Amino acid sequence: MSQLTFGRAINAGLRKAMERDAKVVLMGEDIGKLGGVFRITDGLQKDFGAHRVIDTPLAESGIMGTAVGLAFRGYRPVVEIQFDGFIYPAFDQIVAQVAKLHYRTQGKVKMPITIRVPFGGGIGSPEHHSESPEAYFTHTSGLRVVSVSNPQDAYIMIQQAIASDDPVLYFEPKRRYHTKGEVDESIDLSTAPALGSARVVSSGSDVTLVAYGPLVATANDVALAAADEGISVEVIDLRSLSPIDFPPIEASVRKTGRLVVAHEASQTGGLGAELAASITERCFNYLEAAPVRVTGFDVPYPPSKLEKHHVPDLDRILDGIDRAMGRPNSLSGLTGQEGSSQS
Amino acid sequence: MSAEESGPAGSAALSGWEGRKGPADDNFVQLLSPAGERLSNPEYDSWIEDLSDQDLLGYYEDMVVVRRIDTEATALQRQGQLALWAPLLGQEAAQIGSARALQPADFVFPSYRENGVAYVRGIDLVNSLRIWRGNTHGGWDPYEFNMATPQIIIGAQTLHATGYAMGVVNDGADSAVITYFGDGASSQGDVNEAMVFAASFQAPVVFFCQNNHWAISEPVGLQAHQAIADRAPGFGIPSMRVDGNDVLAVLAATRIALDRARNGGGPSFIEAVTYRMGPHTTADDPTRYRDANELEDWAAKDPITRLGALLDAKGLLTEEAKAAVQAKADQVAKDLRANTISLPEPEALQVFDNVYSEPHSALERQREHYQHYLAGFGPAENTAAEGAHR
Ligand SMILES: Cc1ncc(C[n+]2csc(CCOP(=O)(O)OP(=O)(O)O)c2C)c(N)n1
Repeated sequence: MSQLTFGRAINAGLRKAMERDAKVVLMGEDIGKLGGVFRITDGLQKDFGAHRVIDTPLAESGIMGTAVGLAFRGYRPVVEIQFDGFIYPAFDQIVAQVAKLHYRTQGKVKMPITIRVPFGGGIGSPEHHSESPEAYFTHTSGLRVVSVSNPQDAYIMIQQAIASDDPVLYFEPKRRYHTKGEVDESIDLSTAPALGSARVVSSGSDVTLVAYGPLVATANDVALAAADEGISVEVIDLRSLSPIDFPPIEASVRKTGRLVVAHEASQTGGLGAELAASITERCFNYLEAAPVRVTGFDVPYPPSKLEKHHVPDLDRILDGIDRAMGRPNSLSGLTGQEGSSQS
Repeated sequence: MSAEESGPAGSAALSGWEGRKGPADDNFVQLLSPAGERLSNPEYDSWIEDLSDQDLLGYYEDMVVVRRIDTEATALQRQGQLALWAPLLGQEAAQIGSARALQPADFVFPSYRENGVAYVRGIDLVNSLRIWRGNTHGGWDPYEFNMATPQIIIGAQTLHATGYAMGVVNDGADSAVITYFGDGASSQGDVNEAMVFAASFQAPVVFFCQNNHWAISEPVGLQAHQAIADRAPGFGIPSMRVDGNDVLAVLAATRIALDRARNGGGPSFIEAVTYRMGPHTTADDPTRYRDANELEDWAAKDPITRLGALLDAKGLLTEEAKAAVQAKADQVAKDLRANTISLPEPEALQVFDNVYSEPHSALERQREHYQHYLAGFGPAENTAAEGAHR
């Protein structure tokens, strides 16, 4: 066991995967000498050479399209997108090529590409540096989408993503890069939880709170704060956003009767909508209240001085729990609101 | 044939990817040597023969002022007043020379480093600092200054410029458009597509590439093996390659390109060969990737020292003139600091402003709910402070 930051854990996972398989190559802007703008690939070019840690020209579509060619050729490219907001130039290559080649070739061509995306806000950055674009990709068949919430998972899941023969979008909560945690580097991948599985982080009986990536830590704080008020919150870390591992969530909601989903991405058409609809379909008879979403607003990610309003924090999620519990909440008193009729 | 048979992943197979060399730096137009001597060039000279001593002193002052702005903004960042800053240190001549060639009706589509251009357009730089402080994504009204607000998506603005220029043609207007981008940006699809469109429609747009040698940590050799200016002719666009630290060469080239644009000659491409003396942004650590010697070599080609030497030789840079320039720069910096520090915090509900130009029911609902939520914290509460819970 060692204490590693999130960033170092990903670095260690990348190193392991590169040692294990000479076909694993890293590609991206500034990932060589600089070690990436977040230093996640620090030292890897020095140790594995510029042919395996490839500083690319500044062209996301070019990076992704050439990764497709390398995968065709039997490589396992791991692409770094520098920031969430810069994935869009590569969008066409990801959704029209990476996601579909296996299907298009009746399974003959595999696309074992891992796309690392530092995502989410909270670091005071300028425009295009704080977005949560995951729903675009969960909507695309052929892609797996995961998000990690702690160093141990980060370490394991980056290796699982690289080992997967499917393309995996690996969303890294950039504002947690410096968070430390215990990492067992001797862990055997074959016995670790599967890449597609959700995880119950802490158990509770009154309400199920589902989060992923950067908001899992916040959700844990919420559970503690709610406990002070006598509300028992079960926190689930989704880990895999596509496919979603529904059984543990269903089991939890059958127990608690209430669902709250929190994410930083905008509300409309987001993962919260998918979870609310699916859980309603699967657990309708067990629900005591409508599922509640606590999300970013339907606005472009705002300038950093306003992001504290946009990104769900402890208080906004607690407020969502109050809504699910039928307690007085911020919607109380507003006409036409579930929150008001219940209070 | 399986991938295993044909494509070994060993280092030997791919080692040819290493050791990239960039295009040579000395093959360009120069009208002012690093030592400050005026060099003659028959093609370019006529484009700047109207310059008065006053003009030359003016360019000198511009460059000193924008360098001073950089120093001040960097200090403000270090003091926590700005979240980030992207300095243009070393690129003063490229920006001042090109911007001084523009007329007010011309339109500018910049990247994020064009503070020198913004200054020349008459934009109070506090409006630029507002962006880097995190108060806004915009900063100014593009139509007030005929300059778009900074673009962060690398290369996107070159397509916007081309489209705008197509509109200029449709309107039968005689203004021109200029767009700024870096050597790194030249790799982007958008920039290459912009050139295709500009050539197809003979759009009056000037592609102004500031080749400052670095795209964050990536050397220009990774983006281009041959001069970047050499690409444009392949798209049917004439190009010029100038010493970007030579304000006169930059001015002359930009005037040539703008003149062509105004007279129905279509697009032009200028590669200004310059150097980013500072970090990419205040968050960057250039010691990780670049040689100190390289920096020294470029310091000897400094754009301000160079024009200063010419002015000196002409007897124009008197102690008095120098002091006046310095006083102006200090005043600009002082005002900038004061105006930046006193910027008001944006009000919470601004987060919902201007997402749509017409009412949007879902967003109205979110705004109303959030307002109600904030009201729960008490009358004076504008911010949802972390830990404010009950
Ligand atoms: C599409 C996109 N990809 C990546 C980035 C991150 N990024 C910001 S600036 C930069 C380097 C740009 O280099 P260059 O075009 O040479 O301009 P310079 O900064 O040198 O002026 C990068 C990679 C971005 N802003 N947009």
